[in-house]
Amino acid sequence: MSKSIYGYLALLVIGLVAPFIIYPVLVMKILCFALFACAFNLLLGYTGLLSFGHAAFFGTAAYVAGHAIKIWGLPTELGLLTGVLASALLGWAFGSLAIRRLGIYFAMVTLALAQMMYFLFLQAPFTGGEDGLQGVPRGTLLGFIDLADDMNLYYFVLAIFVAAFWLIHRTIHSPFGQVLKAIRENEARAVSLGYDVAKYKLLAFVLSAALAGLAGATKMLVFKFATLTDAHWHQSGEVVLMTILGGMGTVLGPVVGATVIVALQNELADKVGSLVTVIMGSIFVVCVLLFRRGVVGEIAALYRRMLGQKT
Amino acid sequence: MTEIFGIPIQALMGQLTLGLVNGSFYAMLSLGLAVIFGMLNIINFTHGALYMFGAFLAWMGMDYLQIGYWPALLLAPLVVGVFGIVIERSMLQWLYKLDHLYGLLLTFGLALMLEGMFTNAYGVSGQPYSIPEEFVGAFNLGFMFLPKYRAWIIVASLLVCFATWFVIEKTRLGANLRAATENPQLTQAFGINVPLMVMLTYGFGCALAGFAGVLAAPAIQVSPLMGSNLIIVVFAVVVIGGMGSILGSILTGLGLGVIEGLTRVFYPEASATVVFIIMAIVLMIRPAGLFGKEK
Amino acid sequence: MQRKLLSIALAALLVPAANVAYAQAKPAAAATKISGDTVKIGVLTDMSGVYSDLGGQGSVTAAQMAIDDYVAQHKPKFKVEIVYADHQNKADVGSNKAREWYDTQGVDMITDALNSGVALAVAKVTQEKNRIMINTGAASTRLTNEDCSPNTVHYVYDTYALANGPGKAVTKAGGDSWFFLTADYAFGASLEKDTSDAVKANGGKVLGAVRHPLNASDFSSFLLQAQASKAKVVGLANAGGDTINSIKAANEFGLTKNQTIVGLLTTIIDIHALGLPTTQGMMFTEGYYWNLNDDTRAWSRKFFSKHKKMPSMLHAGTYSAVTTYLKAVQAAGTDDAGTVMKKLKEMPINDSFAKNGKIRADGRMVHDMYLVQVKKPAESKEPWDYYNIKAVIPGGEAFQPMALSRCPLVKK
Repeated sequence: MSKSIYGYLALLVIGLVAPFIIYPVLVMKILCFALFACAFNLLLGYTGLLSFGHAAFFGTAAYVAGHAIKIWGLPTELGLLTGVLASALLGWAFGSLAIRRLGIYFAMVTLALAQMMYFLFLQAPFTGGEDGLQGVPRGTLLGFIDLADDMNLYYFVLAIFVAAFWLIHRTIHSPFGQVLKAIRENEARAVSLGYDVAKYKLLAFVLSAALAGLAGATKMLVFKFATLTDAHWHQSGEVVLMTILGGMGTVLGPVVGATVIVALQNELADKVGSLVTVIMGSIFVVCVLLFRRGVVGEIAALYRRMLGQKT
Repeated sequence: MTEIFGIPIQALMGQLTLGLVNGSFYAMLSLGLAVIFGMLNIINFTHGALYMFGAFLAWMGMDYLQIGYWPALLLAPLVVGVFGIVIERSMLQWLYKLDHLYGLLLTFGLALMLEGMFTNAYGVSGQPYSIPEEFVGAFNLGFMFLPKYRAWIIVASLLVCFATWFVIEKTRLGANLRAATENPQLTQAFGINVPLMVMLTYGFGCALAGFAGVLAAPAIQVSPLMGSNLIIVVFAVVVIGGMGSILGSILTGLGLGVIEGLTRVFYPEASATVVFIIMAIVLMIRPAGLFGKEK
Repeated sequence: MQRKLLSIALAALLVPAANVAYAQAKPAAAATKISGDTVKIGVLTDMSGVYSDLGGQGSVTAAQMAIDDYVAQHKPKFKVEIVYADHQNKADVGSNKAREWYDTQGVDMITDALNSGVALAVAKVTQEKNRIMINTGAASTRLTNEDCSPNTVHYVYDTYALANGPGKAVTKAGGDSWFFLTADYAFGASLEKDTSDAVKANGGKVLGAVRHPLNASDFSSFLLQAQASKAKVVGLANAGGDTINSIKAANEFGLTKNQTIVGLLTTIIDIHALGLPTTQGMMFTEGYYWNLNDDTRAWSRKFFSKHKKMPSMLHAGTYSAVTTYLKAVQAAGTDDAGTVMKKLKEMPINDSFAKNGKIRADGRMVHDMYLVQVKKPAESKEPWDYYNIKAVIPGGEAFQPMALSRCPLVKK
């Protein structure tokens, strides 16, 4: 296990140095979406539940945190926390409903519930509808570090990401995580072994929703507003894509997937316009047909095979 | 002017009629989805994009080839159906053995590709498609002017839905199809070409979506995004109705369209979300759906 | 474990490899020089959506024309460059693009920025980064009231100017009960409010309103509600593709037999799309008409040769705005926002687009507007010959008086 520590340290160093080389706002966006994808992967890769409505949690936290900071005047840390709590609560509500169905129905229910949230956000006055919730001040960290400075904010976002990533890592490698994997592999057997499968699923759902909310609230802080795009089903589809491309069921897969997708969108959006959607769609198709283990998964399998051939 | 619950009867009847029109689309699309799911166990996310494709084919036929509405009504679904068969043969068939989720993801990716291509070519603001000559004008029903075309939508979709139901439930072909779903091996042993049945079913489901698209083209703008907003509501309809019966999907679709119309009159702010709220309620009381059978 | 290390290392390589293109030097902001010896103008508009014909590629063409003409005529010492992007009518896309332009590309001024939701977001970013936005596309009066800023200029039109033309004229002519069909965002709300005020001020009543989503595909249920209200006038507080579709659907449902339709933001582009038979007799406020005088005809034909359509007021306004901006920069000798803005508010503006134009303390560019009526098909002598000018509304009357302004910059 000590070798993987070196790997994570290497990544951390890259994270610390990145804003000096690359536009900080872009790296922050990557970190937020990487967190979103990791949270989503907890549900898909490790519990085997495909939620097609995760944008609801992403968007809810963004709006609630934004509202808390801008209108109620809460300090930044509390505002973010409020957003996360809102997402967790929503996750509990949606999860309880969705878990009543299995497999594809679960996915369809989550999609429909998320769409309902989208329309609620569209109507609700506090979200600003199409205009979005704009002009949210970034505030200060611990009362004195001014987050309006992009570099200060960057390290705050990096810290949030590292903390959340560590939490996910610990969850996956804990007894709780083992039960989740068991449920993914063979739910019937897990039930027969005496586990309260519904409770485990719901807990995983709430945790995933809360962390997705953290990602959404943090992104809101970076860009200083929350809009309907955050809660649109395209966003749900994108996070599925990031996870699958990167490799579901791997720890770093979602991070890789998020990086690739955000970078791709950034580079191509101006050049090819709506063809970006076509490219996203084709990546989906290729991944599902040929590339099911995703980038990290395939690399890992390749490495295993190389090792296998050597011995 | 009479009023019911404070709403003038004109407004009520008007919205109800429009609700029937929307319900017809819900019925046709959820029927296609149910047929495909029944046979292939695949949730066809591409359905919305195929609906859009059908509408665009009609528009392109008119604009580039001067193909009128009536030929388009036959040709477009045919093209969409063949397109569906190509998808099924080249991509979907490899996924039958895998978890159903992969089918959903593949069709989602395909939907994105289709929508992206059309958005790139035509932008999102929609192309106009004129109402065919025969249907220009409106019936003065007293409580509203019902454009003749919208009346035709209701008639055409009811015809198609019930024709489909009849074929599947009452004919030999339909019996073979249903047998192939329930027990592919046994049916194959009887000499029936199951892969062919599967292929044709998917093609037919797609053609239904294409047909709905052509029907929709004169009424609403032909836009690349017209399918994606609709498909999610149709998913909710399908969850409410349950995938168990063809008749169930038709009735649920129509019923929900009418309920949506009524909501527009009494509580307009909720009209976009009422279908989802009903879905949540149905999930709590009857998880398998109103007409569904627990598998 | 080794395979984890390898996968981590490979993943780590992907992060910087995908993003090297963004290492760009930030421009140094000196108050007496032009940063990088280049003035960069950004056209942020809707390129493919519901408003793409009002602004879109036409705005980019107009801005480019302005730059070419200015450089040819005045031969400035600085270079002028243009960038443009599609904000897809999304406030976050527009705002992020503006932020990126300001941070990494040294853009000094953003123009067009149609769609009031986007405009409000871009205004905030512009103020944060201390650049200039000369908004030629959006309509909401909030840009010069609650959300005004020392970095915003609202150039072409706003909902107050749009509302007062028909609000007064139609109400006084007998259309004294109104029902609104409103696009459900900042612009629609603004237009509905300003028109309601104008209607009531002229003795009319507002019977109700219904909100529709931006780029709605089906207006039938909303129009049914309009019919049910029995109002004499149905005001369309929307624009672009939405207005076109509302008018088409209104005809389809027989609404036009008993009620008058007023498109509150209508431009010559919409009339061209709908055709004169459907729109004849309609009255509304416009900011520009190509066929007004020799000046406008000359410029518009030049624009037509490049764009293949006659200019909307947004296009003509963008040309004027870019030209005015470049003049101000040259006069100020710097691209520092504060100095240039001072010059902008001092200069009189007189060109093919604006007669008697002046930028006020609240950022509002005041100029003459026109109350137009659409010609009958028989009256039109050539393509695009669509308007009869009923009245010229002088700038002082057309726009909200400063005394009523809710902008904190205006000293009372």
